[in-house]
Amino acid sequence: MSAVEKGWKDVPIGGLVLEAGSAKKYETGDWRTYKPVWDEEKCSNCMLCWIYCPDVSIIVKDGKVSGIDYKHCKGCGICAHECPRKCIQMVLDTGENGEAGAGE
Amino acid sequence: MSKRIAITGNEAVAEAMRQINPDVVAAYPITPQTEIVQFFADFVSDGKVDTEFVTVESEHSAMSATVGASAAGARAMTATSSQGLALMWEVLYIAAGLRLPIVAPVVNRALSAPINIHCDHSDTMGARDSGWIQIYSEDAQEAYDNLIQAMRIAEHPDVLLPTMVTMDGFIVSHGMGNAELLPDDVVKKFVREYEPEHYLLDVENPITVGALDFSDWYFEHRRQMVDAHTNVKDVVLQVAKEFKEISGREYKLFDSYKLDDAEVAIVVINSAAGTAKTVVDKLREKGLKVGLLKIRLFRPFPYEEIAEALSDKKAIAVLDRADSLSLMGGPLYIDLRAAMYDSPGPRVKMVNYIYGLGGRDLNMDQIAGVYDDLMKIAETGEVTEPITYLGVRE
Repeated sequence: MSAVEKGWKDVPIGGLVLEAGSAKKYETGDWRTYKPVWDEEKCSNCMLCWIYCPDVSIIVKDGKVSGIDYKHCKGCGICAHECPRKCIQMVLDTGENGEAGAGE
Repeated sequence: MSKRIAITGNEAVAEAMRQINPDVVAAYPITPQTEIVQFFADFVSDGKVDTEFVTVESEHSAMSATVGASAAGARAMTATSSQGLALMWEVLYIAAGLRLPIVAPVVNRALSAPINIHCDHSDTMGARDSGWIQIYSEDAQEAYDNLIQAMRIAEHPDVLLPTMVTMDGFIVSHGMGNAELLPDDVVKKFVREYEPEHYLLDVENPITVGALDFSDWYFEHRRQMVDAHTNVKDVVLQVAKEFKEISGREYKLFDSYKLDDAEVAIVVINSAAGTAKTVVDKLREKGLKVGLLKIRLFRPFPYEEIAEALSDKKAIAVLDRADSLSLMGGPLYIDLRAAMYDSPGPRVKMVNYIYGLGGRDLNMDQIAGVYDDLMKIAETGEVTEPITYLGVRE
């Protein structure tokens, strides 16, 4: 996890979080087993994956899918299941976490 | 002016709470604590306190509401006994883990089963590892004094831990005793206004309380609690010093009675210390070198100071009003044996007497019998029975 160099004397007592919106800094995509790999060529930008993703992990730019947010994607596979053109494949996640973009 | 009056322990504690005037009290009645809540409810309806009194449906809710109020920034209190404390169980750990300086009087009562409403220490002894500070009180005066001091101890910036102040059910809670109560303004000045550094109702500085804390930081937050407990002893002594200035009454980490030159000693908690001191006086008249050590601060356990006070004794009896059922004796005995392990000089002989479970009386003859046993052990160096159930029918 982040900031492992800090010790018990350096953090607020009792697990208090002293700033608002800090969840943004917390990357939660590291317990994924399978990761969705999106094929841009086949994608029709129907946005069903974006609608169904329970974790807002489909990255959209200018109304088009542009990638998957692997820092937060839990690998649930709903996007792959819902994609009518089958352009999202679930593959075993053996690579580095937090790396956005298409897999191998 | 202070006033000396005849008062029960429950009434004295309720008076202390009135004088402290907490922002929130969330409590549920349970024998023998009920009167504290009842008296306090009167203070609320009579407009004698500014407290928001939350009448909850259980002790689990009482402790939860107290935690919520404290996290919001209020000075929050509750009170309980026995099954009530047991029902607060998981929330006790939350109060300590969130470092909320809640103060709660606890009136000691046996735990079911079999169902029983009378005094023993099973309830608070069971909470000894919850992270709460525990301060034990011999009589109504001590319960009153300790509760007022507990506010300052719990809320000290070096501590910030919840604190329970105990007294013996019925024996002290309902027994009429002699106590001196301080003037309202003196207590108000002593406990000060509570000014938390971080609290939920501080809308200018939003915080999160109780966030998920996994393997990345949980360990560090628990380590911080050890540090806070390490600071408790100094704070207890510093608060006691200031309390002596307003009351004339002296408090330490523990109380020694004719202990310095004693060859044998009893270690005891709460009201039984009063009976034992009378026995010490009688045996001293016969020229016997007997003494007593009464526990005040039990969590954290001032083990170095206690071991030092006992290291030159020939034999020690630890009186426990609770059993651990570990077959190693009562909780105080187990802690004290561990504390004595590193004490200098020859190993001090130690024995344990479990007494008074479920409110069984402990009389002077029984305590004199314990001193008899100790003197035999001191003479022979032999312990034949390490753990004795004192007053049980065989």
